[in-house]
Amino acid sequence: MLEDPTGLERTWADAPGALGWLRSVDHKAIGRRYLATASVMFLFAGALAATMRLQLSRPENPFIGPDLYDQIFATHGTTMMFLFAVPVMQGFGIYFVPLMVGARAIAFPRLVAFSYWMYLGGCIFLYLSLFLNTGPDVGWFSYPPLSEQLFSPTKRPDVWAQMITWTEVASLAVAVSIITTAFKMRAPGMALNRVPIFVWAQVVTSFMVIFAMPAVMMASTALILDRLVSTHFFDVDRGGDALLFQHLFWFFGHPEVYIIFIPGTGIVSTIVSTFSRRAMVGYLPVVLSLVSTAFIGFGLWVHHMFATGVPQLGASFFTAASIMIAIPTGAQFFCWIATMWSGRVELKSPMLWLLGFFWVFLIGGLTGVMLASVPLNVQLHDTFFVVAHFHYVLIGGAVFPLVAAIYYWYPKLVGRMMSERLAAWAFGLFFVGFNVTFFPMHLLGLHGMPRRVYTYLPQTGWGPLNLLASSGALLMAAGVLTLMADAVRARRVGALAGDDPWNAGTLEWATASPPPNSNFIEPPTVGSLDPLWEDPPDQPVVVGLRSDARDVLVTHVLDTEPDHRTVFPDPSIWPLATAIATSAMFAGSIFTSWAVVYGSIPMFIAMVGWFWPKSPDEGGTQPWPIEHRTLPLPNEAPQGAMP
Amino acid sequence: MTAPAAAAAMVGRPTRGDGGRAAIDVSGLAPGGFGHRGLMWWGTLGIVFIEGTAFALTIAAYFYLRTRNAQWPPDAVAPPALFWGTLNVAIQLASGIPNHLAKKAAEHVDLRRVRLWLVVQLVFGVAFNAVRAVEFLNLNVLWNTDAYGSVVWLLLSLHTTHILTDFLDTAVLAALMFFGPIEEKRFVDVEENAVYWYFVVAAWVPIYGVIYWAPRLI
Repeated sequence: MLEDPTGLERTWADAPGALGWLRSVDHKAIGRRYLATASVMFLFAGALAATMRLQLSRPENPFIGPDLYDQIFATHGTTMMFLFAVPVMQGFGIYFVPLMVGARAIAFPRLVAFSYWMYLGGCIFLYLSLFLNTGPDVGWFSYPPLSEQLFSPTKRPDVWAQMITWTEVASLAVAVSIITTAFKMRAPGMALNRVPIFVWAQVVTSFMVIFAMPAVMMASTALILDRLVSTHFFDVDRGGDALLFQHLFWFFGHPEVYIIFIPGTGIVSTIVSTFSRRAMVGYLPVVLSLVSTAFIGFGLWVHHMFATGVPQLGASFFTAASIMIAIPTGAQFFCWIATMWSGRVELKSPMLWLLGFFWVFLIGGLTGVMLASVPLNVQLHDTFFVVAHFHYVLIGGAVFPLVAAIYYWYPKLVGRMMSERLAAWAFGLFFVGFNVTFFPMHLLGLHGMPRRVYTYLPQTGWGPLNLLASSGALLMAAGVLTLMADAVRARRVGALAGDDPWNAGTLEWATASPPPNSNFIEPPTVGSLDPLWEDPPDQPVVVGLRSDARDVLVTHVLDTEPDHRTVFPDPSIWPLATAIATSAMFAGSIFTSWAVVYGSIPMFIAMVGWFWPKSPDEGGTQPWPIEHRTLPLPNEAPQGAMP
Repeated sequence: MTAPAAAAAMVGRPTRGDGGRAAIDVSGLAPGGFGHRGLMWWGTLGIVFIEGTAFALTIAAYFYLRTRNAQWPPDAVAPPALFWGTLNVAIQLASGIPNHLAKKAAEHVDLRRVRLWLVVQLVFGVAFNAVRAVEFLNLNVLWNTDAYGSVVWLLLSLHTTHILTDFLDTAVLAALMFFGPIEEKRFVDVEENAVYWYFVVAAWVPIYGVIYWAPRLI
């Protein structure tokens, strides 16, 4: 147990009890909640997928009808994209970015707490709706005209559209917090060329979130306006255009793929370096690959719309960009190979899942290059080939690295080790199950089986391959259950981990497992990219932060010179109150547009409660009356800085 | 690392078995900072990027719909009369002056002037929100008339949401500066509020151009 002679740990602790839990603004608690909630969402969406596979296991299966199938199918995709993949990656970011940059907290902790409650609100709203037979039923993309009032006169597409608003508010808030943490709260010495690759990946992803998510919010807002107040954005009869929705949706939707994949590559780089026992080969090209992937990722969206009749010049541009994005990803692949080749690879559980990643994602990438070609794309459009492709890319590019990350960081989160033997079982079941499920879908697609159908005729001959795919889903489920069982088991009886069980090099391993309330009793400074490997034992620590308030160090963006201190807010119930008020407004708006007016009043009150300071003393700055300014302006030298 | 600093570093912290280690003492650093030194500036920048993207995409949607129609506006309605929108450009840009003065007063921690210029800003805010209501009445089209009406109403509503919420949060800030517990870092809040105010009123210029001039010129 850590000693707490100065009261530092008490200062950073949450109050006990349920109220303390609801008021928490600790990024570790919120990060854990994100990870736990996203895991539940993964299980729900996985159960929906298994139901679909059961339905498709034989021709003309009477198991579930088209109406329920459509809801299950749309909710599966919506959950996986909006409520699992993005939040789970952001959950890792919320937990680990502050630790990896040596900070005591995440920037804007109350905003991050608010984001979690909003995310939870979106999850509850979607599944409550599904339970009430009002789950979205027009796909995770909700294209008009099918999703317009005329063809979908239920509340189902409204549920989809408003769920988007919930989750995007949450991801945007997290993105801003992560960028600010990584820019302004890094440990002294962590210049830009010493920022861990995982943190780079989170920063790049957050920028993509900032520029991509508004597009889907605009698309879903315009859709719900069309449906509820009779605007005509997508109504061809009155000057609108259904393709406008597709443009807005895919301007978000393609970057979304990289919003999911880039944190995955950050995880891969981190784990490859640790278990190759050497610094990452090609740090600079890897970081540049992440950044250029983000840029090119915004130039691909029309390749989802080749079948809509794009002008030839446009099609050529988007084909070229779609092929070009293989270059930065390829550069990363070669850097990973070079790192492993020149290192001493230890095949621990996280590495095992990375080997799965290399194989699965490679296949997904190759079919991606195939789909970038317009003639093949048009031929395979809306077939199971596409389903196979994006599951190889998304499960390969995100879920395999994610499970690797669970094995890798579980000791830090929980303080105990998971079982290597069960990891091998989980991996074997999942890897084989995954390939048995999704590889046959390539062939089904080539044989012409369309996506998004609830059944097919026996004469098509698609039965045997579908049965094979469905049986693979059982193996996958067994793998996931093994993983979960081990996670539950290891929580109580796993071997104690210690600070740094993998002998890794980055700062999250420089503190206890699980980390103390203040993250670092003595905040670190760094002198290299892998401080635990390369820094001398007497590398200085930071002292002089207050222990009676949540005092954090703010540093310069580029060279991390210590700049000033700032006192972070205490736990507060207002983020939860604001999220409840906002959720009530969103839910009400589906039924009457006046809810936007009435609902904003409690929102306003909650936000004022959030903003209004408790006492003049909390910030440690001068209370009134103030004789003269003491806080520095941007152009002044930092005060009291050490040489 | 100087010896006195290392000695100072020993004070008030748990020592280790080896008797402590080298340290950087940050206790002398200021408890906050203005402008881009501070975290809030970066948070504001993030919001500006998000909201700016939303504005840009809505403008893009406007021109996309324009290309989908042989005639624009499709129902041959008259473009909105220039007077009210142009007046609002003038008022909003003029509100930059009290905004600037409030920011300068905040940087001098001059409470009297901060209060004065925040109140003047709010007067401007009342004016441009009132003119905005009149603008809605003079668009010559309803949101449910056709796609042109829909996108014009969306653009104007989106911007109205911003001027209204910026007005309200400035009002809360002004109330804090009159009645609340005041400390030095509240002046940083005033400064950041000014940054966001600049963004909100500057965003009106291109949106005004699209709503009022695009149907006339393009």
